[in-house]
Amino acid sequence: MTTSNNGLAIQVDRLSRHYQMGDALVRALDDVSLNVRAAEFVALLGSSGSGKSTLLNLIAGLDRPTTGAIFAHGRNLAELDSQELAQHRSKTIGIVFQAFNLLPRMTLEENVELPLRLAEVDRGDRAARVHEAIQRVHLGARLTHRPSELSGGEQQRAALARALVNRPAILLADEPTGNLDSATGEQIMLLLREINESLGMTIVMVTHERTLAERFARRTVVLADGKLVSDGEQS
Amino acid sequence: MKARDLTELAVRNLREAILRNSLTTLGVAVGVASLVAMLSLGVGLQELANKRLSGSGLFDAIFITPRSNMRGFGAQPRANAPPAAEAQPLDEDARQKIAQIANVVEVYPEIRFPTEIRFEGKPHMTMVAGVPDSSRNGGSFEGMNGKFFSGPSSDEAILQIEFAKELSEKPETLLGKELVLRYAERQALPPDSAAKDSGKGRGSGNAPEAGFSIVPHEKKLKVVGIVETEPAAGFGGFGRGRLLIPNEVAQALRIAQANDLRDVLRGTNSKPSFMSLTARVKSPKQVQAVEDSIKKMGFMAFSLLDATRNLRLIFTVFDLFLGIFGSLALAVASLGIINTLVMAILERRREIGVLKALGAADSDIRKLFFAEAGAMGLFGGVLGVAIGWFIGRLITWGTNFYLRRQDLPGIDLTSVPWWLMLGAITFAVVVSLAAGLYPASRAARLNPVEALRYE
Repeated sequence: MTTSNNGLAIQVDRLSRHYQMGDALVRALDDVSLNVRAAEFVALLGSSGSGKSTLLNLIAGLDRPTTGAIFAHGRNLAELDSQELAQHRSKTIGIVFQAFNLLPRMTLEENVELPLRLAEVDRGDRAARVHEAIQRVHLGARLTHRPSELSGGEQQRAALARALVNRPAILLADEPTGNLDSATGEQIMLLLREINESLGMTIVMVTHERTLAERFARRTVVLADGKLVSDGEQS
Repeated sequence: MKARDLTELAVRNLREAILRNSLTTLGVAVGVASLVAMLSLGVGLQELANKRLSGSGLFDAIFITPRSNMRGFGAQPRANAPPAAEAQPLDEDARQKIAQIANVVEVYPEIRFPTEIRFEGKPHMTMVAGVPDSSRNGGSFEGMNGKFFSGPSSDEAILQIEFAKELSEKPETLLGKELVLRYAERQALPPDSAAKDSGKGRGSGNAPEAGFSIVPHEKKLKVVGIVETEPAAGFGGFGRGRLLIPNEVAQALRIAQANDLRDVLRGTNSKPSFMSLTARVKSPKQVQAVEDSIKKMGFMAFSLLDATRNLRLIFTVFDLFLGIFGSLALAVASLGIINTLVMAILERRREIGVLKALGAADSDIRKLFFAEAGAMGLFGGVLGVAIGWFIGRLITWGTNFYLRRQDLPGIDLTSVPWWLMLGAITFAVVVSLAAGLYPASRAARLNPVEALRYE
């Protein structure tokens, strides 16, 4: 099912994600509603176990909600089959992880090319798109380096290039500075803001660092115990 | 994901755990090698038997006799035999007609007669048989001591080893020596001489039929070869001859045969007929059709076709059993593939999660693991065929080494035809893909969120 998005990139409607852990029912996300406008930079804040990563996974189409609906560019992800969700992750979403998750046996160039292979982009178009993404994160000199030969900050920039290479409409970042020192983390945040502003890309970032979130995101949404507790625009 | 990308990623993944994947591939190779070696032995034995039998002239030959013969080689006619035609004389005209039937290579008379041989002044009774020149390319004379006749009408002889031993304690010394063939030539008498002798003709009292006289002759023959086995000993061939001479030479001798008396009585003496003819066809497959055509012409015909059918059946069952035993090793190897891929899933759990997060569908992950299993099957199959071929060569070499020590001629015991190579590789790939079914589907079903959490 699709719906008119009215300028919304993401529309979360009474979304819940519960799962059973032994005898206990864990309400990782409980009746959360949230709208994200296109080209918005939103930070999801909250302590560990608050449900922010669960929400990010649901927006990414990596997980399915227990109840509720989640629209990304007008498509209800709750109603898509696994093939369509894969298409959603390939075409609409770019993801950056805290642990970078670059494939260690591949060079930087090959890692960035990987989403293009999965999206069946013509070989002739790939090189230009890979180089464009790598140039954007200022890693042009490290094309043939493997992840183990890159610093933490460089690895996260490489992961960012990989997330951008398919030109997604929405960039999801799960604790992108979590494994970095503060200076490097700030560089990554600057890069995210630059991408948001220059490309008009919607960014939803999960973080537990309130100061970074307030400095760089335009809007901060706070979750606690699976519920949305505050939602505010930055001045 | 496109096939080329899939292949590149699969090969890259295989290279990553090179030792484990190589050992698994080697397992497949050993399985395929065992299969190929077993079947190459079966195929080799079948080819050897076919070659020996077709070389003997037994299975591509049709034995032809006149329908009027008392003796019926074919016993009862087959139920589906063509309708009997009027009996025809088996003479030169008939021979020409039979030779014109499609797929008939040659038609020659069956000449075999007992006679006396004189060697170094001593008489020896033996059976002489004519050998067609086409036999020089057959398997019967492979490994013989000496050589085949230098020409179709050479005054030469090949001795069967047992007869050669009768002539000399050292048979090999007979090569190049001369022996004398004493025989009874049949000479037709002019009609008037027959009448003169008998005083009256047959039947109506008109012109009497001609008779024949028996004239003893001698012919010198040079021994050119000694053959270990009795070539084509059996029905329809030139077996049971202990002294072999070219068929043309045997015909030219005009040996008195049993049917000569019959021809005189029937008044067909002026046009000599044959006791029997042998028609050789291009391959055993065409024997039945030619046999039927000959019967329609009014002759009796017999072949050992049914025996070849049984032989083929026996070898098919033999190959089947060899194939089953050979496949057991491949079945064990397929367990190795399953183990390797399941291990790979555990090791690459996080990677699978990353691929799914980047847009890989379940089917992409499934195909990737399938491709890895298939690649192991392909590499293992190719390597296995090579090893299997080598084992086959080793078996042949070992067998020939033993045979030579026993003073026996060498043989090609194993054979790896192209269909066996292709079939073994395909089988290895199919078995590997089947082995990859479970791991591939398990990998495809991995929950990406859990996979990404995996350390």
